[in-house]
Amino acid sequence: MTATPIKRSKLWFAISDSLIMIRRSATHIIRNTDQLLGTFFQPIMFLVLFTAVFGGAIKTEGGSYINFLMAGIIVQTLAFGSTTTAIAVATDLKKGIVDRFRSLPMSNLALLTGHVISDIFRNFISVIVMIVAGLIIGFRPNASLTDWLAFIGLVTLFTLALSWLMAIIGVVAKSVEGVQWLTFIIIFPLTFASSAFVDTSTMTSWLKIFAENQPVTHMVNAVRSLLIGTPMGSAGLWSLIWSISILIIAMPLAAYVFKRKTSN
Amino acid sequence: MPQPTYAIIAKNLKKSYGKNQVLNGISLKVERGTMLALLGPNGAGKTTTVRILSTLLNFDGGTVTIEGYDVAKEGDAVRAIIGLTGQSAAVDEMLTGRENLIMMGQLYHLSKADARQRAEELLKEFNLVDAASRPLKDYSGGMRRRLDLAVSMIATPPIIFLDEPTTGLDPRSRIAMWGSINRLKESGATILLTTQYLEEADQLADQIVVIDGGKVIAEGTAKELKSTVGKDRLEIIFDNKSAYAAAQEALGSRVLEKNDKDLAVTLMINDTNKDVRSALEILADAKIHFSTMSIHKPTLDDVFLSLTGKSKHDEETA
Repeated sequence: MTATPIKRSKLWFAISDSLIMIRRSATHIIRNTDQLLGTFFQPIMFLVLFTAVFGGAIKTEGGSYINFLMAGIIVQTLAFGSTTTAIAVATDLKKGIVDRFRSLPMSNLALLTGHVISDIFRNFISVIVMIVAGLIIGFRPNASLTDWLAFIGLVTLFTLALSWLMAIIGVVAKSVEGVQWLTFIIIFPLTFASSAFVDTSTMTSWLKIFAENQPVTHMVNAVRSLLIGTPMGSAGLWSLIWSISILIIAMPLAAYVFKRKTSN
Repeated sequence: MPQPTYAIIAKNLKKSYGKNQVLNGISLKVERGTMLALLGPNGAGKTTTVRILSTLLNFDGGTVTIEGYDVAKEGDAVRAIIGLTGQSAAVDEMLTGRENLIMMGQLYHLSKADARQRAEELLKEFNLVDAASRPLKDYSGGMRRRLDLAVSMIATPPIIFLDEPTTGLDPRSRIAMWGSINRLKESGATILLTTQYLEEADQLADQIVVIDGGKVIAEGTAKELKSTVGKDRLEIIFDNKSAYAAAQEALGSRVLEKNDKDLAVTLMINDTNKDVRSALEILADAKIHFSTMSIHKPTLDDVFLSLTGKSKHDEETA
């Protein structure tokens, strides 16, 4: 048969192309069983280890350490999880398949969108696994339904922003190995020099200035407030501002560097 | 409006990376429904040319139109009518053969039903039905290439670019691939094929453009190119040095080349009957005994050698 393409608007194709690419990336995630196991077990491991190792030593407001830790571990997992976008993008770029996609009449951004969005799915799975594991070992949230909904919204937006940022790294890095350490040196300090595991007021002054004004801390404080009712302050607002700003800058920048890298 | 005869027209293409001038004014035209082979050694600029023609790469100078669409300005229109099979199999390793075909069909904006139907047709045509539900990780190199070619045909695009489709394949897979490419040609597609194999260009293409160092150094049909290096040749090999020496003396200026190692002389022949008979008569009259003789048609290898100053063998060992 001679196949004739269907006729639809540009926007319709932009969405349908993205859905096809999301499905592709999601299939990668499901078939990559090693990575999938990591998605399940890494957060549980962190949760159990941190609770067992630091739980006795760290005194926190608002009850048990696990209640305090939960928000930190969730945000840390989201941050580390977003690095898989960078790896997936870099892996695609190393192979001929990007040329094939670019020779098709498909929307340019769909490839990156596919990786970013499927990353959110994987992160959701991680977060759900972690919350269930947390409940088992003593995590007791007091969040209302609206708190949970706000939590889901905030987490989605934050992951979206980080994943687009990571997509840029995936494009500009020269190799997949390069991506791994580049993302590590960005994500590691951001998550550890934050309020994820300890109260920032205990840190040395120079670190405290950094820790109290960076996006991961705002995000952790906002999530913590939603989950266990610690004071929200301006944390929620700052989380929104950071996430939206990163998204607004990173999305077009990712598209730009991708186009530049592949067409020169 | 009359349709232009040429589906692909490239004029004076230039591309450089820093100081490295990769394309130095390449021009070529491919008549609709024919196959053109872009022939050249590694680094000649074949892949760069294909990447420019298929909208993947920006270029510094020149113009390209594909079915009248300007590649630089109307990329979307061009991408809707082209299929590309690159050097490295551009297929998704984690998906199965069937999933790859359907996904690419949908990205060509076929309906899902059409994409599925085309996928089944192509799996049959490329003898991949048994492997259709296996992920590509388990495919052999030849199977991957066949799937890659099938993918570029999923939306039956009228223009197809094949960038070294048989490089790295074993002889059997190569011949199977040639069969697929020939069927593609019979379907009426316009094909631009790049290759470093002279035999491949000879077997498949209607027109050949030879490039080296980013420039076109010859073009024509295989027959035309061969005729540029001359007529048939007669090679006579001798048993011993004295016969070899005596023959050279007797044949005199008829000798085109001599090979001291093989004790062989080569004569140019214009009229096969007359020239071969007279050469043999000269040897018979002088009572010179030879061991074997053979007539050679010039090969594209000879063309390549005389044009680029290096044989394919040199290039591979370089």
